[in-house]
Amino acid sequence: MTSTKTVTLFVQCLVDSLYPQVGEAMVAIFNKLGISMNCPSDQTCCGQPAFNAGYRKAARAAAKRFIKIFENSESIVCPSGSCVNMVKNHYQELFEDDVKWLERAVQTGQRTYELSQYITDILKIEDVGACCNGKITYHDSCHLLRGLGISEQPRRLIRNIKGAELIEMLESDRCCGFGGTFSVKYPVISTAMVDDKVHNIIASGADIVTGCDISCLMNIQGRLNRIGSSVKTLHIAQLLAD
Amino acid sequence: MNILNYKSEAECAINNPVLQKALANLQERIGKGTAQGYRELPEGPELRLKAHAIRMRSIENLDILLIALADGIRKNGGHIHFAYDGKTALKHCLEIARKHNVKLAVKGKSMLTEEIGLNHALNDAGIETVETDLGEYIIQLAGEKPSHIIAPAIHKTKEQIGRLFQDKLGIAYTDDPPALTRAARKALREKFLQADMGISGCNLACAETGHITTVSNEGNIRMATTLPKVHVAFMGMERVTADLKDHEILFRLLAMGAAAQKMAGYVSYIGGPARSGQTDGPEAFHLIVIDNGRSRILADTDFREMLCCIRCGGCLNVCPVYGKIGGHSYGYAYSGPVGAVVNPLLMGINRASDLCLGESLCGACMEACPVNIDIPRMLLLLRAKLAQGDKTWDVKVKSRVEQVSFAAWSCLIQSRPLYDLFLKTAYHGQKLLPRNNKMISRLPFAGKGWTQSRDLQPLAEQSFISRFKDNFAEKQND
Repeated sequence: MTSTKTVTLFVQCLVDSLYPQVGEAMVAIFNKLGISMNCPSDQTCCGQPAFNAGYRKAARAAAKRFIKIFENSESIVCPSGSCVNMVKNHYQELFEDDVKWLERAVQTGQRTYELSQYITDILKIEDVGACCNGKITYHDSCHLLRGLGISEQPRRLIRNIKGAELIEMLESDRCCGFGGTFSVKYPVISTAMVDDKVHNIIASGADIVTGCDISCLMNIQGRLNRIGSSVKTLHIAQLLAD
Repeated sequence: MNILNYKSEAECAINNPVLQKALANLQERIGKGTAQGYRELPEGPELRLKAHAIRMRSIENLDILLIALADGIRKNGGHIHFAYDGKTALKHCLEIARKHNVKLAVKGKSMLTEEIGLNHALNDAGIETVETDLGEYIIQLAGEKPSHIIAPAIHKTKEQIGRLFQDKLGIAYTDDPPALTRAARKALREKFLQADMGISGCNLACAETGHITTVSNEGNIRMATTLPKVHVAFMGMERVTADLKDHEILFRLLAMGAAAQKMAGYVSYIGGPARSGQTDGPEAFHLIVIDNGRSRILADTDFREMLCCIRCGGCLNVCPVYGKIGGHSYGYAYSGPVGAVVNPLLMGINRASDLCLGESLCGACMEACPVNIDIPRMLLLLRAKLAQGDKTWDVKVKSRVEQVSFAAWSCLIQSRPLYDLFLKTAYHGQKLLPRNNKMISRLPFAGKGWTQSRDLQPLAEQSFISRFKDNFAEKQND
């Protein structure tokens, strides 16, 4: 398969530093699909942590840096719904009083896609030729689902994985309790929420829980590991790369 | 500075299995029913967006609409009072009570009267005040506060209510809900018949007709507002609609948001006292329109949207945080996502800082809102005020330590080499931390909260960016 398309990899900071294998899986998928890639080596963070915590000046500085790095790219693809939501939707809030930057933010946002969305909606591919034997359950991350309206795209990709069975857990669209600094500042509430999520994951009978946001998955995996569960946590890119 | 016991109340609620079950049941039943109800609206779920526009238009023309409402109420023979704050509203109510020599008042459920502390003020003035909504009645007998906007006694079991009624109403113990309801009905019926004053809130008002609308599913509000000789209604100044056309849309969405109903069981349009010849209705009707901080919200275009809220409680029925911590954690009249925005704006942002920060920003509230209020947007703005301070709202910086941390973070992410250096140092530093099945099981400092109940994936030896440079970039260039 060859294509004239080139994607620019926008790598979520958590993927970059904690889960580089997710980034590599994304590279493997695009290699498989014959899409050429570039990855700006000076990228760091889109600014979402600061924005969510209320530090808009710091978030704005991060956003400007992001825009400068990415604005000339044809298609910007990121393996995280919440980062894409930040660039597409929240950058506009950050620059609402700055017409020049607002325009650049909108331009950049229009070309930014979440990975599963890019594969299905732009490349029009629903089967990436992946194999995985196992029962898979899918967690809808909040910003992906409610901010970007993406829920069917990843499910279609999962259903087409050879050997895999997609099992829906109860309340897959309910927040896992991560919420950025919320999870650290209000650990008791956050834990009660992730416990509900983990309960529904285990009750589904799946061997693997997946999703399009490593931040939620990091939360879920952290709890599953603590309680000694054998359910594996994998980012959707890891499933699609095999 | 923060006077709420958000964290401890939340922990209490989480450790209460009865409450957890009740909250889960409420969200399962009403939360999901409402979502289904929106989909089945004849106009489709987009009606919520239309309703948002209707509400915004009303809010932006509030001065005109309130004058028209006042004219209408007066024309219908009622009296209207405008109260700048809660204290003034209480003063108006007590004056009316004195004039009519009121000894006993019966009340329909009203969160606004909770906001201004009406029951307390009436009791202090020697006026017995009885809540007549079954849930509110239970809460009043127990000396507690409501924990849900429309289901105030959600935190109590039938056994607890059985013991409460045995103790307070002197009936034999039973935990049979119909028997308990009958006992409450009997006790309340006597109060209805003796009461000199009926008190209600106001779900909506209509400027075109000069009437207020009350809805209930028990009929208690209708009884409380028609039997006693004087009816005093309390209304938040934002609750007015322009005309019956707007009113009809909001009124349907209110029932859907509140209880997944197409229409509430009892709906009353009240425009004034009974006319001569009418057998039902009070001799006097007073409407007290309350500001109590709402003008300040109106004046700030960032938060004006919050005045669109019609207090249906729909957001409580889907919020995953409310679903765990219940209503008491919010420490004020309003709980759930609406409380997380309204309470800080009414009581002080620093005082209620936990409400602004203690949410996961999942956005479920906005989808459940019958008027599509962007609550997450406003929570983020409140956080910005706490992070940086704000003169208009008298907000002091919440945490200098956090401010410095984010300033440092900001420097770090402006330079990739510096960022790489930080990652490398942290990678080596994390080797000192204990592990559980290859994951970090105890973090120091601010990270403690995470590892209290979860493990953490450790930092990778080589970042993705660096791996890409080494492994992929060159290959592609070959």
